[in-house]
Amino acid sequence: MAETGTQVQKKEAQVPERMERTRANRVYTPQVDIIEGPDNIVVTADMPGVDDKSVDISLEKNILSIYGRVEDMSFDNHRPLFTEYGTGDYERSFTLSDEIDRERIQASVKNGVLKVVLPKVAAAKSRKIAVTAEV
Amino acid sequence: MLWTEFDRFGGRLDPWSDLDWPWSPRGLFTAPRQQAAEFPLVNIWANADEAILTTETPGMDPSSLEISVAGKTVTLRGRRAPDELKDGSTYHRQERWQGQFSKAIELPFNLDADHVEATFKKGVLKVTLPKAATDKPKTIQIKSE
Repeated sequence: MAETGTQVQKKEAQVPERMERTRANRVYTPQVDIIEGPDNIVVTADMPGVDDKSVDISLEKNILSIYGRVEDMSFDNHRPLFTEYGTGDYERSFTLSDEIDRERIQASVKNGVLKVVLPKVAAAKSRKIAVTAEV
Repeated sequence: MLWTEFDRFGGRLDPWSDLDWPWSPRGLFTAPRQQAAEFPLVNIWANADEAILTTETPGMDPSSLEISVAGKTVTLRGRRAPDELKDGSTYHRQERWQGQFSKAIELPFNLDADHVEATFKKGVLKVTLPKAATDKPKTIQIKSE
């Protein structure tokens, strides 16, 4: 079962060795898409259960960290019958190159999907070199 | 125990089979093996009157999700379109699930299809599935004579 579900199964986030989290809840690594365009880099992360108030994005030196808090979804008077996934917070960090314009980073959350737009610094945008065909 | 001993059986002997069953009681719930039958992952809670099914479908438009109920079975259908790639854009990472899915879950009781309710919030779909009246437990009054 474990081998077949590797793509959809949630992966728990790793903690550095000999370190522990203060909160005892589970933390998962969100699945992300990263798309680089001519003007920006867009990071899209699946974080179901997270809204605009429960997500923290920080940029320290060149590490972009995403942390999303999720309220535990359990129901009183109900017992779990069948569980395929666990609920927990989301955490993931990325190293950015220097070419990001830190002042203009934008982030939005919609339907549990976080989208961070990292605009490139004007100087870093690649200049297009026109190639002419010689006859 | 030595792993080589298990290898000799050609992997037929699964040492974890006993541990595995609480999470996949195959006799009770059968998810037919279809295209991407495993997405989305589903949790089910139950009490005497109803079952609550939750599933994580982030980024999906509620209108593109289809829930159908027949007898004991709930079927979830939907699709998640990939992001449109503009000219000059390239993927650095592409980990998010995309495509079409259809997942059928069979519950151990009949469902009252007329009173099924579904809400979609923060990328989490919650479906309340009441038990059919015929399957509900009946309390019997004891008369004292």
